[in-house]
Amino acid sequence: MSDITKQSLSELVENIKNKKLSSTEVTKAFIDRSEKSKELNTYITEDFTSALNKAKKFDQKPNLDLKLPGVPMAVKDLFCTKDVKTTAGSKILNNFVPTYESTVTDNIWKEGAILLGKLNCDEFAMGSSNETSFFGNVQNPIDKDLVPGGSSGGSASAVAGQLTPITIGTDTGGSIRQPASFTGTVGLKPTYGSCSRYGIVAFASSLDQAGPMAQNVKDCALLQEVISSYDPKDSTSIDFKRNQYSKELTNNIKGKKIGIPKEYRVDGMPKEIEDLWQKGIQYVKDCGAETIDISLPHTSYALPTYYIVAPAEASSNLARYDGVKYGFRAKGENLIDMYEKTRSEGFGAEVQRRIMIGTYVLSSGYYDAYYLKAQKVRKLIKNDFDKVYKKVDAILTPSTPSSAFKIGEKTNDPVSMYLNDIFTVPVNLAGLPAISIPAGHDSKGYPLGLQIIGKAFDEQNILNIAFAMEEKINFKNKITDWWIK
Amino acid sequence: MSKKNSEYLINRKDNQYEVIIGLEVHAQVLSESKLFSTSATKFGAEPNTQVSLVDAAFPGMLPVINEFCVKQAIKTGIGLNAKINKRSVFDRKNYFYADLPQGYQISQFKDPIVGEGKVILDMPDGQKEVGIERLHLEQDAGKSIHDLDPQNTFVDLNRSGVALMEIVSKPDLRSPDEVSAYIKKLRSIMRYLGTCDGNMQEGSLRADVNVSVRLKGSKEFGTRCEIKNVNSIKFMQMAIEYEANRQVDMIEEGESIDQETRLFDTKKNETRSMRSKEDAHDYRYFPDPDLLPLEVSDEFINDLKKNIPELPDDKKKRFIDEFKLSPYEATILVSDIDTAKYFEEVVAKMGKNKDMKLAVNWITGELFAVLNSKGLEISQSPVSAKNFAILINLIKNGTISGKIAKTVFELMIDGDKDPQIIVEEKGLKQQSDPKALEALIDKIINDNREKAIEYKQGKEKLFGFFVGQAMKASGGKANPQLINKILKKKL
Repeated sequence: MSDITKQSLSELVENIKNKKLSSTEVTKAFIDRSEKSKELNTYITEDFTSALNKAKKFDQKPNLDLKLPGVPMAVKDLFCTKDVKTTAGSKILNNFVPTYESTVTDNIWKEGAILLGKLNCDEFAMGSSNETSFFGNVQNPIDKDLVPGGSSGGSASAVAGQLTPITIGTDTGGSIRQPASFTGTVGLKPTYGSCSRYGIVAFASSLDQAGPMAQNVKDCALLQEVISSYDPKDSTSIDFKRNQYSKELTNNIKGKKIGIPKEYRVDGMPKEIEDLWQKGIQYVKDCGAETIDISLPHTSYALPTYYIVAPAEASSNLARYDGVKYGFRAKGENLIDMYEKTRSEGFGAEVQRRIMIGTYVLSSGYYDAYYLKAQKVRKLIKNDFDKVYKKVDAILTPSTPSSAFKIGEKTNDPVSMYLNDIFTVPVNLAGLPAISIPAGHDSKGYPLGLQIIGKAFDEQNILNIAFAMEEKINFKNKITDWWIK
Repeated sequence: MSKKNSEYLINRKDNQYEVIIGLEVHAQVLSESKLFSTSATKFGAEPNTQVSLVDAAFPGMLPVINEFCVKQAIKTGIGLNAKINKRSVFDRKNYFYADLPQGYQISQFKDPIVGEGKVILDMPDGQKEVGIERLHLEQDAGKSIHDLDPQNTFVDLNRSGVALMEIVSKPDLRSPDEVSAYIKKLRSIMRYLGTCDGNMQEGSLRADVNVSVRLKGSKEFGTRCEIKNVNSIKFMQMAIEYEANRQVDMIEEGESIDQETRLFDTKKNETRSMRSKEDAHDYRYFPDPDLLPLEVSDEFINDLKKNIPELPDDKKKRFIDEFKLSPYEATILVSDIDTAKYFEEVVAKMGKNKDMKLAVNWITGELFAVLNSKGLEISQSPVSAKNFAILINLIKNGTISGKIAKTVFELMIDGDKDPQIIVEEKGLKQQSDPKALEALIDKIINDNREKAIEYKQGKEKLFGFFVGQAMKASGGKANPQLINKILKKKL
């Protein structure tokens, strides 16, 4: 089968279960395509030899009752993987090989999946274009020199370019949904507490959440089912009843009330985005749902709030990378000198910028004005959602204020880069689940996404709405394989 | 209620200065595992053998609170008569150091687990109440070892993440002696509760000492200096004495005190500046987002309250009421939990017809002397409470005299022998047969006629001579009371 890599996860699982395909065949196909796709620069670490061995081993004694039987997949390089280098896209962890496995990836391997390798991402997941990675830019399969979004840029690019059938990313302020939107793929940011953070390199602990990325909603639901688990090793993991998301998936969303927040109609938003949103509203109506105009009055404060809370936590979370215990160490005259050189040389500019912002907002004399105020605003933003969720079941918004931009276009303008996250950060601040699905193209033919935000723990509902819309939208990603010579 | 303690004042020319002291005591929680990881906490293990991925701050590792340590902190709070906060928050205290793997210490800043409380000190001239400001839980750091290599510093992370209770007193202490009494009282309470072993040599108990001085009678506090990490009561007292005098001298010379952190040099017996207020770290405290606020229910607290053992103050009161001990005796017996245990076991074993005073005198006298000379704790006493009780009873019922008892006690030390057997074997039983003693005394009076006459003529000192002769004649076994009685009659 020459079109193995074009198959969705569900098709691959079915074909492996029906023995039409072996794990080895599937794994080989994705490795072959990955080998031909070096120009995309999606991988930081390839683990192909080991993947093939695991596939062969699987085929010798296939356990077909598993949810991901012998399915190969690559994961964002923010997940610690036992005996496989884990860099977080940073020079400072360039040589770091964990002796342990993150809970989320552990859940995946337990269901039979096989690791292909570790995918590129913005350094410590700080970025919206994958341009802050120490390992270089990632190309968007949609067009040459187009960013794939970030921080899970390598993940989005690998799924869109069919280098992996599915993947997992992490989303602190939009790092799954924005790149999904930029690459015409589906990305789910689960409720905070749904997926364990154990073994994931931390960016901002109160916002970080792992989530699935896939070609379609059903695959996304299946992967969410696998990765979401209560984990006592993460004190913020929540013990709630998790659905069999893929089994319970339905396109019947009749009578669902969908909120349309007026505050997401921001100044200077391209008409294409507004049109896409209107189309989305029509789609959900066509599916039998009802739309209701709502207000989330504190939305405009979300971005500044996010850019206080996230750097504050990051400045502390990244203190452990000091050259003492593991990772990169620069030579120094004494301890302080070693710290300064290690961290100046080991961290890139964007990470250093956020460490400085975070250190500043937590400083004595500024704490109340910045960090404490931001925490209060964060509560107001959450209250906004709580209030509207008394009236509606979910909220529909654009995923991003624009389509993908060119590599280098925004690198010298951090604020314009940060504005990419304007529709996604309120969700992280409120700890809610949200999914981005591809919903159309702009005039350049670049994909555009719509975001469905749900109530806490209500992943099933937004997956159902996304599933129903997906059918109506019938989106086709325009991948020309331009990078394959 | 508290009587005025004899004042500790520093005199200069016409001025008298009062010393104000507050302590931040760091007490290691008695627990098998660390505050946020499952690593062991045993003292003296090989370097870096009790370190988990969490303790070494590997990427993606997360802290999970150890419920046992929370219980220990709450129990200590109850022992300090303090308010238990049902909601407390863990914060990050951010600073860089080689033995601080996370780059921050998890501590409690704004919302500690225990609030205000108090402890009562027994000072020679009465009781003194010392206020507790708060108690919070925090992680210990690792240990930097600078003297193993000329070029490198080695780091041992065994201690990294071990649970500490920081107990902050109000600035209620006024003298080195009060500081000593306060530390001893805290130690005593925690050892009763089993929440800290109080072992200062192993670093389980250490303190930062805040010292300021002011003119006697002044209501304003002076500028304070903090002396960091003092690990013995003696050094605390020496450091306070030095520091208070240093501050007084500066004031007398018209200089002002700078608020600063100082170190006590135990070799030179002086404190010296470590860093000034301007150089003080900005720790950038903020709530640890890896941990939810710690919430405990009334039920959780009440269950712990129900299982709090009798504490030194209550035990002392009971010893006074029930056993009719003097406050002084009771204080000595309750100050250390093992002494109290030993005493209570002796009391129990003495049975119905017991002599409390005698038991107390023998414990604080003979037993303490033996322990002291052998460098033993009472828990390692070579004489068991059971045999000790038998010995006291032998004295009480007249089987042996107090003097003979000392001989018997000497013999008991080697192998915890039963004193009854010793008395039997060595024939040390007291002679209490009046007829036999009368015969013995008749003979002595006969042999010393002249002295007996002198005595009758008024030389009363000679009475002792006759007692001595009688005791000697009996090989020390004669009942001294009976000898006295018979001699009085016969002479």
